[in-house]
Amino acid sequence: MKFDTPATTNPIDQLKVIGKPTNRIDGPLKTTGLAPYAYERHDVAANQAYGYVVGSAIAKGRISSMNLDAAKAAPGVLAIVTAGTAGKLGKGNFNTAKLLGGPAIDHYHQAIALVVAETFEQARAAAALVRVEYARSKGAFELAAALDAAIKPPAVFGTEPDSSVGDFAGAFAAAPVQLDARYTTPDHSHAMMEPHASIAAWDGDKLTLWTSNQMIAWSVGDMAKTLGIPKENIRFDSPYIGGGFGGKLFNRADVLLAALGAKAARRPVKVALQRPLMINNTTHRPATIQRIRIGATADGKITAIGHESWSGDLPGGGPETAVAQTRLLYAGANRMTAMRLAVLDLPEGNAMRAPGEAPGLMALEVAVDEMAEKLGIDPIQFRVINDTQVDPEKPSRPFSQRQLNECLKTGADKFGWARRNAKPGMTRDGQWLVGTGVAAAFRNNMNAPSAARVRLDTAGVVTVETDMTDIGTGSYTIIAQTAAEMMGLPLDKIVVKLGDSAFPVSAGSGGQWGANSSTAGVYAACVKLREAVAQKLGMNPLDAVFAGGKVKAGRRSAALGDAAKDGELVAEDKMDYGDLAEKYQQSTFGAHFVEVGVHAATGEIRIRRMLAVCAAGRILNPKAARSQVIGAMTMGAGSALMEELAVDKRFGFFVNHDLAGYEVPVHADIPHQEVIFLDETDPTTSPMKAKGVGELGICGVAAAVANAVYNATGIRTRNYPITLDKLLDKLPAIA
Amino acid sequence: MQTPGDLDFSRRGVLAGGASVAAVTVVPTRASAAPTKAATAPPTAKVAFEVNGTPHALELDTRTSLLDVLREQLQLTGTKKGCDHGQCGACTVIVDGRRINSCLTLAVMHDGDKIITIEGLGTPDKMHPMQDAFVEHDGYQCGYCTPGQICSAVAVLDEIKAGIPSHVTADLTKAPKVTASELRERMSGNICRCGAYSNIIDAMTDVAGVKA
Repeated sequence: MKFDTPATTNPIDQLKVIGKPTNRIDGPLKTTGLAPYAYERHDVAANQAYGYVVGSAIAKGRISSMNLDAAKAAPGVLAIVTAGTAGKLGKGNFNTAKLLGGPAIDHYHQAIALVVAETFEQARAAAALVRVEYARSKGAFELAAALDAAIKPPAVFGTEPDSSVGDFAGAFAAAPVQLDARYTTPDHSHAMMEPHASIAAWDGDKLTLWTSNQMIAWSVGDMAKTLGIPKENIRFDSPYIGGGFGGKLFNRADVLLAALGAKAARRPVKVALQRPLMINNTTHRPATIQRIRIGATADGKITAIGHESWSGDLPGGGPETAVAQTRLLYAGANRMTAMRLAVLDLPEGNAMRAPGEAPGLMALEVAVDEMAEKLGIDPIQFRVINDTQVDPEKPSRPFSQRQLNECLKTGADKFGWARRNAKPGMTRDGQWLVGTGVAAAFRNNMNAPSAARVRLDTAGVVTVETDMTDIGTGSYTIIAQTAAEMMGLPLDKIVVKLGDSAFPVSAGSGGQWGANSSTAGVYAACVKLREAVAQKLGMNPLDAVFAGGKVKAGRRSAALGDAAKDGELVAEDKMDYGDLAEKYQQSTFGAHFVEVGVHAATGEIRIRRMLAVCAAGRILNPKAARSQVIGAMTMGAGSALMEELAVDKRFGFFVNHDLAGYEVPVHADIPHQEVIFLDETDPTTSPMKAKGVGELGICGVAAAVANAVYNATGIRTRNYPITLDKLLDKLPAIA
Repeated sequence: MQTPGDLDFSRRGVLAGGASVAAVTVVPTRASAAPTKAATAPPTAKVAFEVNGTPHALELDTRTSLLDVLREQLQLTGTKKGCDHGQCGACTVIVDGRRINSCLTLAVMHDGDKIITIEGLGTPDKMHPMQDAFVEHDGYQCGYCTPGQICSAVAVLDEIKAGIPSHVTADLTKAPKVTASELRERMSGNICRCGAYSNIIDAMTDVAGVKA
């Protein structure tokens, strides 16, 4: 099915199941410990051996020698895989650095060996006996020091690194009110709770990988390329994924080494990346240095807006697209953005939840707050004044829906914004300086083609099969809701099977495209199944009404399952997209409101209240969508106040490479969170009329926290995270 | 200061680089080329304990953590390995009524103990009230930290009931109350990167039968 004209009324609009805050259908399995994650598949292959990964102890250079004798002789050891034993390996399209290093080393903790043994304890002990000598070479590890050598990178997914409209330089110079400020965001780690893990088993030349992966079809293709075998010989199965946030978009060392280890040991092998290895071994959100210039008239109209961003990556990598939102978020006739990329020899930079917008809005929405203050205009009013209902670079192209102002106003009412004292440092609650902050949230909607297969049996049960993944987002549930709505069934008559590469190729989980795209694919398959059912029952498909487990046309009525009396009915289809996303700018919007307390003596920062208002198309399941948003608000709080991969600039690695050193929010850091979804349907996005929320939720959160800290203390921090040491010597004198 | 390209490792440089870089230090090849220890089986020990009411008598490699015995030997994979060194709480189980990180304890230390894991609290057909409340309040997303959160949550309510104070208990002479701040403080050893904290506290408050 092709979606190329805006949706009209369709069965989804009945909203009998869609749009309801139903509990997740995978909840009972997840809360009782029975949902099987990758490393736990004892049932899928007998005689599994254990692999333990050895990571490089240098960031750049060569392995001059490896001595495996002691490890090989250790009890229980079955095989050791190294680049020297693995044979010729390719590199996946989605990997910047090789997953198995040696003799050349590209980054610290790049995998250089897998020790396979009968037990985990034996593999771990033997891995410690691997002796490696390195020849270290000089590397570049500091973004600030590499700025001069930064280059204009090639286009990213068709987006040029630079944009320019009108005369930015002239308009900025002429603007009566100007802001020119520099912001920094540090490297961030996904730090999902489930380590990257895989079990591999070979049957002749056929390879099965039970793994934890967000994008099944991409990763099958990349594995085929890496191993040099046909992708038809590879099966991925990833039904439960213990968090991803972009860190499991691509194959990592666990899955390749499990495959190589299983081949070497001639039996199934399971591998989980050890937690202390994960941060340097896998990908991270790259640090940025950003310069923002805004020029405005005295009454607050933006006349010039410029955003530049510098980031680094390994050779062949790409930039953090931190300027993306600035091309679309606010009006202004004269505009420029630019991205520059430095070569750094740190671990591989790549996508993490809302790549681009998350760090970009950390800077832009503080700049907007600073500009509003310069203008003496309320920061909400300043944003409202500069709203645009069209793409500011191409005014003939409207936003399909844009309720940013409504988000801001609804949030202001709910949060009690009117009671705020705009003058910083004026509100006290005992020992605490109290402040509130606001920021806009913005993230584009993206659609991706997505296919599904649906099966109807005589009991009237519909089974959906698609290689879509559920990384905690609620895919199982919204796909079941979609099939239930389309086929006129209650949720308990729907079975959803995900994450198996034997199923039709879906959009996968990334870029907040999963919910709308994967359910649209299920919609397409269900339209086909409805036609097949009507035909089988001798009804006109156009007249057939599917409701209450029955199919009715005129005076005729039959149980849905009757259509499968002569055998299961199977339908498969894929949703493809026309050019609506080019005609309309499809984006999601929100507003974040935060209240913080900053301790007057110690500078300790505590978040006291958080509210998000989101306008993101039809909300397919408000309970699951709300969870996506509160989770993103939590991660945003982390990026505001604590998350920072500390770079060892001499040896080139992230020092705090575990969950004690890399601090993420815990229960005590997060207050009760409120989320409001504005009523919205977007007929230009798909028959579901939905968009994404999972990444929208993090966009702008950190800036709202930063703006609240400023309102509380009068201290403007432009370098994240905002930790108390950055406030301590500037706090107001204690009376 | 030593430059990254400098291969002449001074003691200071190695110390500055931290333990992980110390692994670069060349180990004399003689020592590793001729392993002195033969490849003998690792030392084992016998241990007997009860898991979810079922007695188990095991002979174990003494290095095996309680977590790995549960997940690998007994195939009770509801208890999760998130970090394997006591930083995340995903492996929380209840041993003789107290919650512990099962990754931080060797299995052989638990002779005679009674261990409750997530599988012992309830099953999909007969869920524990806390499991029910997590589903109802959507107190999870990816589900990986969830068994640990639930085991902790059950134990936390018991700790408060037993009058055990926490860091945020204002008056140590009075019985602690079930408040949001008490729950948040006591649950802070269980990390949820999906960020379901707000819902988890709602679920716990619901089970405790108090208003947040």
